[in-house]
Amino acid sequence: METIWSMLADPNMQWIFLGCTLLGLSSGVIGCFSYLRKQSLMGDTLAHAALPGICIAFMLTGVKSIGIFLLGAGAAGIIATFGIGYITRNSRLKQDAAMGIVLSGFFGLGIVLLTLIQHGDYGNQAGLDKFLFGQAASMIASDVITMTIVCVSLITVCTLLFKQFKIISFDPGFARGIGYPVAFLEQLLMFLIVVAVVAGIQAVGVVLVAALLITPAVSARYWTDRLGLMVILSGLFGATSGAVGTWISASVSNLPTGPVTVLAATLLFCISVLFGPQRGLVAKRLLRQRVKQSFYRDNEQHIEGSVKKEAAI
Amino acid sequence: MSDFWILLTGALVASCCGVLGVFLVLRKMAMIGDAISHSVMPGIVIAFLLSGSRDSLLMMFAALVFGLLTTFLIQMFQQSGIQSDASIGVVFTALFAIGVVLVSLYARQVHLDQDAILYGEIAYVHWNIFELGGINLGPKAVWLLGVTLFIIAAVISLFYKQFKLCAFDPALAAAIGIPVALFHYLLMGLVSMATVSSFESVGAILVVGLLIIPASTAYLLTDRLGLMIALSVAVGIASTFIGYGTAVMLDASIAGCMVCAASLLFVIAFLFSPSNGVIIKKLRIRKLA
Repeated sequence: METIWSMLADPNMQWIFLGCTLLGLSSGVIGCFSYLRKQSLMGDTLAHAALPGICIAFMLTGVKSIGIFLLGAGAAGIIATFGIGYITRNSRLKQDAAMGIVLSGFFGLGIVLLTLIQHGDYGNQAGLDKFLFGQAASMIASDVITMTIVCVSLITVCTLLFKQFKIISFDPGFARGIGYPVAFLEQLLMFLIVVAVVAGIQAVGVVLVAALLITPAVSARYWTDRLGLMVILSGLFGATSGAVGTWISASVSNLPTGPVTVLAATLLFCISVLFGPQRGLVAKRLLRQRVKQSFYRDNEQHIEGSVKKEAAI
Repeated sequence: MSDFWILLTGALVASCCGVLGVFLVLRKMAMIGDAISHSVMPGIVIAFLLSGSRDSLLMMFAALVFGLLTTFLIQMFQQSGIQSDASIGVVFTALFAIGVVLVSLYARQVHLDQDAILYGEIAYVHWNIFELGGINLGPKAVWLLGVTLFIIAAVISLFYKQFKLCAFDPALAAAIGIPVALFHYLLMGLVSMATVSSFESVGAILVVGLLIIPASTAYLLTDRLGLMIALSVAVGIASTFIGYGTAVMLDASIAGCMVCAASLLFVIAFLFSPSNGVIIKKLRIRKLA
């Protein structure tokens, strides 16, 4: 395994490294809002639904560029969101079943299209299957630049609309009451999730990109009760896992980036579960012990007191 | 002959998934089914690395362990205060990632590639023959799936009443002394078994399509549990046949076509179901107006 510094000396690697770190940062930030709005698995559904979009975009243009894939996947993601909403509103199926149907239906279609592309005579299709698990090292400079622009604009939008997103995450009714365009903001947030997922697909892959939205946000929730701090921490966790994932997967041959990134994020999650202040398992155990001890102490004093009283009588 | 075996395998997969999917959809646990179908992956890989063969009891056992582990972890994180969908997301992505890393690290030493795990190899089912004393007894996958289907049918019909009550009113079930948690884990164990015996033919990701889509289609068509299970199995088998035909015509992934056919049947039921269809409801309103 190469050391991180020798790898960073390679200018191509510098770009990829920067791209993946920024990707982790921006999906961590957006993941916080989707976690608080109880839509964590939406990212998973959108990522799976993006696959047919990517395939159709490739079949129509024959070009492998992240910008075109963004368009295709974005369109598929928006159709998927509307599909889930439509099924939940117009039948007795609940949201989880609707998500499962849309997720697997779209993914099945994507796999059919993927095999059609592989068997058909679309030149230059090699590497399209890398989208399933992600291979950051296969990105070229223009991809990384597109990804960087996307991530920076995601973070900018989140910073500018922080107050609005905060209020629709915690109390949409109140937001409507004071005159915010709630429906528009909700759609915007959903759109941002689609963009984050699509930007992440090349680096992390369709199957696991959802973890970048969910895991850092849940980990950050263990450390704080303040949204501002949670967003920053979640971004940091995401960025760290993106960086570690790229580093390890680039230095071991044949290892896709996605799973390694996800495992790095999971490790941070485990640390948070154990050592988070107040919510962490260790902190809870300590608190319970302290309470138990103080209870016994009080009890003993009480018993001693009553014994003395009896003796006096 | 190969067509026959492929269709038989597909029909068995659809029956296993169809029966269990009904309970997942009714208990609003469709996404847990999705999670289990992803997270049995490390179990499959570890068993494969240990035994070196693809059709061992060890593989079934390892997948069962991982399936129950997933259920347990999701429950644990949920109780410690994480939202249920987030805990599902964290657990299954982590376990699936472990599986993919193991496959990529040992990919050269073992014959188990990512494509087989993702899309399955139903087209090759009839090459892997089960022989006993030199007699050809048909593909191994058919035997494995047959045994799984038998176990599922036996457990569900033995405890039909209990499963039914747990699906519709868990609180009442607990109140009259049915061990709800036990049946929850039993159901999840069956789902893991169905997943692992199907993964070879339709792949780990598309199993979830066959678990949820036919069951949801049946849910739109009837109000009776028994009929719903029968319809779910029927829809699953129908999508196997349609999917296989389409796949042969298009020269595309068989598993993918099966799931697409299931989605198509769902859309038809969603629009034209006699009791719940969107268009039928509109027509009824117009007639009244």
